[in-house]
Amino acid sequence: MTYQLICGAEIHVELKTKSKMFCGCKNDPFHAGKPNIYTCPVCLGLPGGLPVPNKKAIEDTILLGLALNCTIPPVSHFDRKHYFYPDLPKGYQISQLSEPLCLGGYLDTSFGRVRLNHIHLEEDAAKMHHEVVGGKKVSLIDFNRSSVPLVEIVTEPDIKSPEMAKEFLKKLRDIIRALGISDCDMEKGGMRLEANISLSCDGSLPPYKVEVKNINSFRYFANSMEYEAKRQAKILEAGKIPVQETRGYRAITKSTASQRGKEGAADYRYMPDGDIPPLTISDQWVKEIKLRLPVLPSTQIERLLTLGIAENSANILIHDSSMMEYIDHVEKIAPEFVKKLANDLVNKKFDHNQIKPEQYVKQLQSSQSAKITDEGTLLPIIEKVLADNPTVVADYKAGKSNALGFFVGAVMKATAGKADAPTTNHLLRAKLEA
Amino acid sequence: MIDISTLTLRSARQALDKHEFSSVELTMATLESIEKQEPNLHSFITVLSDDAIEAAKLADQKLTSPAQSHQPLLGIPTSIKDNFSTQGQKTTASSNVLDNYYPPFDSTVVAKLKKAGAIIVGKNNMDAWAHGSSTETSDFGPTHNPHDLSKLPGGSSGGSAAAVSANQVIAAIGSETAGSIRQPASWCGVIGFKPTYGRVSRYGVVAMEATLDSPGPLTDNVPDAATLLGIIAGHDPLDATTPDVVVPDYAKNLTTEIKGLKIGLPKEYFMSDTQPGINDLVKKSALQLEKLGATLVEVSMLDPKYSIADYTIIQRSGVSSNLSRYDGVRYGHDRTLLGSEAKRRIMLGTYALSSGFYDAYYLRAQQVRMLLKRDFDRIFTQVDAILAPTSPSTALPIGSSLNHPMFGEIADVLIEGSSLTGHTGVNIPVGLIKGLPVGTQLIANHFCEQTILNLAYAYEQATNWKENKL
Repeated sequence: MTYQLICGAEIHVELKTKSKMFCGCKNDPFHAGKPNIYTCPVCLGLPGGLPVPNKKAIEDTILLGLALNCTIPPVSHFDRKHYFYPDLPKGYQISQLSEPLCLGGYLDTSFGRVRLNHIHLEEDAAKMHHEVVGGKKVSLIDFNRSSVPLVEIVTEPDIKSPEMAKEFLKKLRDIIRALGISDCDMEKGGMRLEANISLSCDGSLPPYKVEVKNINSFRYFANSMEYEAKRQAKILEAGKIPVQETRGYRAITKSTASQRGKEGAADYRYMPDGDIPPLTISDQWVKEIKLRLPVLPSTQIERLLTLGIAENSANILIHDSSMMEYIDHVEKIAPEFVKKLANDLVNKKFDHNQIKPEQYVKQLQSSQSAKITDEGTLLPIIEKVLADNPTVVADYKAGKSNALGFFVGAVMKATAGKADAPTTNHLLRAKLEA
Repeated sequence: MIDISTLTLRSARQALDKHEFSSVELTMATLESIEKQEPNLHSFITVLSDDAIEAAKLADQKLTSPAQSHQPLLGIPTSIKDNFSTQGQKTTASSNVLDNYYPPFDSTVVAKLKKAGAIIVGKNNMDAWAHGSSTETSDFGPTHNPHDLSKLPGGSSGGSAAAVSANQVIAAIGSETAGSIRQPASWCGVIGFKPTYGRVSRYGVVAMEATLDSPGPLTDNVPDAATLLGIIAGHDPLDATTPDVVVPDYAKNLTTEIKGLKIGLPKEYFMSDTQPGINDLVKKSALQLEKLGATLVEVSMLDPKYSIADYTIIQRSGVSSNLSRYDGVRYGHDRTLLGSEAKRRIMLGTYALSSGFYDAYYLRAQQVRMLLKRDFDRIFTQVDAILAPTSPSTALPIGSSLNHPMFGEIADVLIEGSSLTGHTGVNIPVGLIKGLPVGTQLIANHFCEQTILNLAYAYEQATNWKENKL
C-alpha cells in the first residue's frame, strides 16, 4: 500500500524589534552578554506588571501577512494561554487564538501551493539553563528572552514531501529576511519549527496527527517527515492507527521519540487578555504598512529570469543585495550586458566592489569595438576552420543551415572572441556558397 | 497635639504652608493615632514609621521653599491598601505567599501620590488578594469596624476604610473590583470613590480581574476624594487600558449647584430583603438631593440578582489566571500558602475556562455583561446619575464570612452591575442604624466622575449624616 504524506508546519520566528513585545526592555537576547539584564516588572511577571503591546511588532506581523497574501482582519485581540513552566513567569503566555492578526494566505512552491491557516503574534518565554553550580544540579532562568515578540505561522496540511517542505521553509525564510523583520537564526532559536505529520491512503485528512517538536533545521524537518512516513506506514500496515501524540526529533538517530500522549494534552484555558484592549486595524494603517513591502525574492527571481539570467545564478544573486544593486545599475545603462555580468558575478568571482558599474560597461563596450573586421586577417582563419571540418561543410551544403553557427563559434574561438561577427558571417557564407 | 479628626487634605496643606505645624509633627501625630488604635482595629499590615519620618523631614525642607508649594499633598501622610506595589516596601496583598515580597518599583498610583508630595505612612489590611468583602480573609487577621469592634469593616479595602473612619489617617487609597471601595466605605461611614474603569492606572496593583480592577480614594469628605482622584487619575503609558481622556480639576470644579441634574432610582435596587431601615435612609438622602435642586425619577433596570452569577464567573476566571504566577517558583514559598478562599476561586475559575465549559460559563457571562452594559447605557440616556443603597446591610459581625463562600458576592449585589459595566460610583454616608453607618451610592456614566462628586458634595454640605439615626 502506498500512502500520501500529509504535513502541516508551525513556524515560530522571533522579531528583531528594538524593544520587547509588551514592555520597553531591549530585545536582544542573543547579544546580552549577561543573563537577566534586559528585564523589568512586566517581563518578569511581577505582581502588578501590565503588558502594553509593541506597535512595531504588530506592524511587522501585518507586513509578513501582506507578503504571504493573507487577509488582515479589521479587529484583532490578544489571548492568555495558560500553562505552568518555570520559564513562563505569569503562568500564561500572551498569544492570539480567535482573532489573529493575519488570516489565510499562501506560499507557492515548485511542488504546489502551501496554504496558510493564519499568522499570529505572541511573546517568547524565558530561557532555562540546567547547570551544575557548586556541585549541585540547578535550573537557572534567563529572562532576557522573556516577552520577546514571536510570530507564529501556521500552515494548512498542504506539505506533501520532504522536498516540498524544504523548499517551502527556505522560501519562507527568504521572504522574512527580505522583509527585514527577523534574522531567522535557527541555531540560536530565532526560528523554530514544528511539524504535524500523518499518512493518508487517498489524500483525505486522516483521523490522527503526530506533532513533532525540537526541529532545528530544514533538513531535520525533512528527516522527521521521512522517518514518520516509515514509522506510521508500519503501524497502518498492521491495521492500526498511529497514536495522536507529541514526539521529539532526535538529530543523531534521525528519528522521533514520544514525548507526550493525547491524555497529557494541555488544556490551555484560553481567555481574552483584559489588560490589552482589542486592536482596531484600519485600511489606512494597512496601506501605510504595505508601503514598506520590498520586492520579494520570488519577484526578484522572475525579473532576473526575464533578463536571460540562469535560474541557479538568480537564486544566488538575490541573496546579495549589493550584487543586486549592481545589476540594477548596469541594467539601466546597458541592459545587453546584464547576462554577462551575472555570469561574471556568479561564475568568475568578479569583484564588483572594485569597479564602478559605468566603468564595467565601458570596458565591455570598448572590448567589443576592438573587433577584427579586416578581411585579410580573417580569411586565412576561416579557410583553416573549413578545411579542418569537412563533414560539417558537407552538412551545410546538404541544407543544414545551423552548421553556420558552428563555424562562427570556431572562428570566435580561434580569435579569442575578437572576430567581428557580421564580417565573419558574411565571409563564411561567401566561402561556403562559392 | 494635632487632632487628625479635624483635618482635611486641604486644611492640613494650608496649616503646613502657614507653619502651624510641621510635616514631621503631622506625621508623628498620624503614627501615634495608628499605634494607639492598631491593637483594636488592625487596619494596617505594615506601618512605615521610619520611612515616613524621613520623608516628612524632606517635606519640611521643601515647605520652606516656595518652588515646591504647588505639590498638593506635600507633607501629608496617607495610607495605601497593601495590594499597591511600593518600591522597597513590603507588599503582601494580605497573603502569606507574598509575606516577604519587596517590589522593586512603585505602582503608578503610589508614584503619583509621591510626586504630589504625599507621605506613605503604611500599608492597609485587606482581604487576601482582595478576595472578599469582609477583610477577615486576610492571612494576617481581620480588621475591626471602628464603629463597633465586634463588627466587620467590609472589604476588601476594609483596612483603608477603617483607618480613615478612625482618623488614623486623613485619607487612604483602596481598590475596587466590585464593591471593594464602596462597600467598606458604606460599613465604616466614609466616602469611597470608585472611578470609571480605566480612569486610574492599575500598573503595580496586584491583579484580581483585568477588566474590573479600579483604584480609588477613601476619605472622610468629598473635596478630599476629588483632590485625590485628580492626582491619581489619567492616562498611563504603562497601562494600555487607560484612555487619554482629559482629567478635569475635580476639586476646583466642585459645586453644590445641582439644579437640573436628573437622578434615577431603580426600583429593583430597593430590594424587599434589604435590612429594614436602609431603604428608608437612602430614600431620605434622595429627597435631600431633590430639595437641593435635583430631579428624582423612578426607573426600572435589570434585576441586580443577575449580576451576582455574572460577576462571580468573570471574576473567578480572572483570578484563576492572575494567580497563576504564584506557582511556587518565585517569592520564596510554595503554593500551600494560598488560602482556602483563593483556592476556591482558582478552582471555580479554572473550571469556567476549561475546554468544553468555556462557552457555557465564561462566554455566556460576557454576553450577560453586554446586556448589563446596554441596560446602563439606556438608563444614562434618561438620567445623569443612579441612586441606590450601597449595601443591603450594615456591618455584619466578625466571623460572618467564614462559612459563606459567596459572602462577598451577596454583600455586593447592588454594586456588581455597575462594576461589570465599568461605571463610576461613590458611597456617601447618609445615616446610622443602631450606631452602624448606612451608605447611599451614586453611579454616573463613564468618565462623568464630576457629576456624582458634585451631588455628593451638595449632600455633604447640606447634611450632618450622623443625625439621621434609626
